[in-house]
Amino acid sequence: MATAVRKLVTIVTEARIERQLLAAVEAAGARGWTITDVRGKGSRGVRRAEFDLSGNLRLEVVCETAVAEAIAASVRERFYADYAMILYLQDVEVLRPEKF
Amino acid sequence: MASLDPVILFFALGLLAGLARSDLRLPAAIYDFLTVVLLLAIGLKGGVELARQPAAALLLPSLAVIAMGLVLPLLAYAWLRLGLARVDAAAIAGHYGSVSVGTFAVAVAFVQAQGLAFEGYLALFVVLLEVPAIVVGIVLARGLAAGTRWGELAGEVLLGKSIVLLLGGLAIGWIAGEDGLAPMSGLFVDLFKGFLALFLLEMGLITAARAGDLRRSGLFLMAFAVLFPLGSAVVGATLGWLLGLSVGGTMLLATLAASASYIAAPAAFRLAVPQANPALSLAASLGITFPFNVLVGLPLYLGLARWLHA
Repeated sequence: MATAVRKLVTIVTEARIERQLLAAVEAAGARGWTITDVRGKGSRGVRRAEFDLSGNLRLEVVCETAVAEAIAASVRERFYADYAMILYLQDVEVLRPEKF
Repeated sequence: MASLDPVILFFALGLLAGLARSDLRLPAAIYDFLTVVLLLAIGLKGGVELARQPAAALLLPSLAVIAMGLVLPLLAYAWLRLGLARVDAAAIAGHYGSVSVGTFAVAVAFVQAQGLAFEGYLALFVVLLEVPAIVVGIVLARGLAAGTRWGELAGEVLLGKSIVLLLGGLAIGWIAGEDGLAPMSGLFVDLFKGFLALFLLEMGLITAARAGDLRRSGLFLMAFAVLFPLGSAVVGATLGWLLGLSVGGTMLLATLAASASYIAAPAAFRLAVPQANPALSLAASLGITFPFNVLVGLPLYLGLARWLHA
């Protein structure tokens, strides 16, 4: 089976900034995304997601390397200083590279 | 305490269960549903009352209430600046000038349990008090300099669920009237207390989960979170008395003044003033002021309202 390598960008951050985050990610060239509600603990404390938007979200984007780097740069510039956020990149194999 | 309302016991149960690290937890969707019903119930009741009032008669009280919403955060800011950085002081001041609908719902149940009448249009004041303080807090934190995305913020705050549901409920109640709403009264009137009890159970759990934040927030903020609401309750009660509200209405306005936002304000400040530490304002408003108002404040504010009217 022929596969192609793309980047998987994963961002875990505060659920409150979903709209702003998506705007930044789409502006950087992402063509699609997936969001999951999650909770967790990090250097900025625990987000338990017990009510309203007090939890975290995990955003996943599969894209080309250039777009992944653009997302990382844009998100780091806009959100890293003031929001609880981690971002990591992985290589993933996809079956339909034209989608990403 | 003969006046202890059983809904308060549900709050105590949630608090104790949370502190004891029980695995009790209401699903977030249930919490959301409960707040939707409570907000609509308050709005609908207010709307029915509103329809009975000439609109002109509400203009002056509304302006006075908005003025209170602008002044309270300034007082809070002056106090908080004695011990906190500018952005944190401004953000917390915004929380304390704004209101908690949850606290208002408990106060409504409390007033009704005392057999007191109150002006239903106070639900309108909840809406009027929610926003001005948030604006004042943002301006205190950032100045009037460019860079604040007011349009985006307005969408975030004005389209938040509390304002949409309260205003929507007011409008539906106003249009439908008491008779129109009668078929729904089973849900919005008869079940109000039961939903409030479940809501408070969850609020107890949420408050208990903040206990850890309290230790880090320090004595200065803890003192503020108890003493400032007492002061603003006096402001609210005095205003209610001057406006000629009933004892119940005066008590509710005192409670609104004393309450601190933990839904609309955190959302707005996280976006507008991200440098402010959200754990501080939530530890104060949710961790201290909400339980203080529910457990200790309400009878005090009623006593204050009675004393003013005596």
